[in-house]
Amino acid sequence: MESKNLNGRVLKNKVMKTLFFSATVIALVFLVLLFYRVLSQGLGYLDWNYITSFPAPYPEEAGIWPGMIGSLMLMGVVAVVAVTIGISTAIYLEEYSPKNKLADFIRVNIQNLAGVPSIVFGLLGLTFFVYLFGIGYRLLAGGLTMALLILPVVVVSSQEALRAVPSDVKEASYGMGASKWQTIVRVILPAAVPGILTGIILSLSRGIGETAPLIIVGAATAIYTLPDSLLSKYTVMPIQIYKWTARPQEEWQFVAAAGIIVLLVILLLMNALAVWIRNKYQTRY
Amino acid sequence: MIEMQKPVKTSKERRPEKNKEEVSSIYKVEDLNLWYGSDQALYEINMDIPQYQVTAIIGPSGCGKSTFIKTLNRMVEMVPIVKTTGAIHYGGQNIYEDKYRVEDLRTKVGMVFQKPNPFPKSVYDNVAYGPRIHGIKDKKTLDHIVEKSLKGAAIWDELKDRLNENAFGLSGGQQQRVCIARALAVEPDVILMDEPTSALDPISTAKVEELIQELKKDYSIVIVTHNMQQAARISDRTAFFLNGELVEYQETDRLFQNPEDKRTEDYITGRFG
Repeated sequence: MESKNLNGRVLKNKVMKTLFFSATVIALVFLVLLFYRVLSQGLGYLDWNYITSFPAPYPEEAGIWPGMIGSLMLMGVVAVVAVTIGISTAIYLEEYSPKNKLADFIRVNIQNLAGVPSIVFGLLGLTFFVYLFGIGYRLLAGGLTMALLILPVVVVSSQEALRAVPSDVKEASYGMGASKWQTIVRVILPAAVPGILTGIILSLSRGIGETAPLIIVGAATAIYTLPDSLLSKYTVMPIQIYKWTARPQEEWQFVAAAGIIVLLVILLLMNALAVWIRNKYQTRY
Repeated sequence: MIEMQKPVKTSKERRPEKNKEEVSSIYKVEDLNLWYGSDQALYEINMDIPQYQVTAIIGPSGCGKSTFIKTLNRMVEMVPIVKTTGAIHYGGQNIYEDKYRVEDLRTKVGMVFQKPNPFPKSVYDNVAYGPRIHGIKDKKTLDHIVEKSLKGAAIWDELKDRLNENAFGLSGGQQQRVCIARALAVEPDVILMDEPTSALDPISTAKVEELIQELKKDYSIVIVTHNMQQAARISDRTAFFLNGELVEYQETDRLFQNPEDKRTEDYITGRFG
């Protein structure tokens, strides 16, 4: 067959390739600019003292220690709550729930919840956890609010991991007289856990950078004692950073940049952990 | 494991000598209709399936043969929109009664699937899966069952030194025989096979066919196949399905040499399908 207009098609391909490449470059350029700005401003202030110090009235003495501890404790609460409820919900929806209109409706709405702005979850947390349950502006209220925020993402990613387990191994299990629960525990979960864990870590890393809902549920801007229980006052890294950037003197911008570096490193570590788990435990079918 | 020199088929030896004249049936299918949503896939199936024989189900693609075999262990219910009417009696009970427990049924009726579907576990854990879910924990008992089942599936000699290897590393034919061993380990009475050789090469196919001949001494076997020669080679009775209907159900020799229905004749002489 004689190929028509080959030159034109080849040219079009080249043009499209260039366009897509440019799009990639634009994203990368801004990422590099971000890193450059943050590193050039913050590295000077980032030292061991910065990591282990409390906030202080002078930029040279200020540190992010209570924010780090607060963030980690908060993530502890979030992990426990979101993981138990999230995985249970995903198992119910994928394996147990009848496949009818109501179930479809619930599925779609959980996916929609994942797109609700985080500030709305903050208001929800303020109404329920802070006031209605009477927890007050304490770490537990922040943790529960943040758990609600990432719960939809945990559910959806766990559902995807469960759905990716091939049906033929499930059939093999049922075919030998295994109950649903036995099949879930022995066949489905072992195959789905790497995917579920990856989704959870990525959700947590989203949660660790969230600021808006925590401002609403009353995370403190600066505290001078570490939180020692779930009912302590607390602050988190993004809020400390946010407060420093709001100050007029230039030095505080550098302090904030140092905080961003710490936060980015923690985020990178969490994402690396997720990738590592996925690669190490992935079952290939 | 070595001192266990018991005979291979202990639990099944009580069976009385087979008498060709009086074959009892293990399944009685009565007026079975089945729908996927609003599409009817099976129409008024009536069929007795004999014990300790190989019953083959043949027919063109989409004729309902796979659907039918999956009604025998209610695996068809994995598709949520399935509706059935009629009855399938197994051991005197209608397995479609509400109170009948599928777990119970599937313990007595094993299944081998079209595509070999081992678990991503070792050969040993694959075969021990069934006994374990039914509560056997004792290592010696499990060792014995695994050995007996792999011998029963004629793959013990090939795999006895590779029990701890992942079953995914085996060839397709070996995987399928491990799946058969896995089904045997539950000590079922019936083995359903849904095109068990369609994903296998000719040599593996011959091995599985040979194995089926061996197994029918102790198990009742129902096998779906799209391969008419295979049905003719290995089965005692053959059922021909077309468009969801059971067209003809005969002793295999009669069905292939002297079919009663015109449609059967057309199919086995290759005029369609």
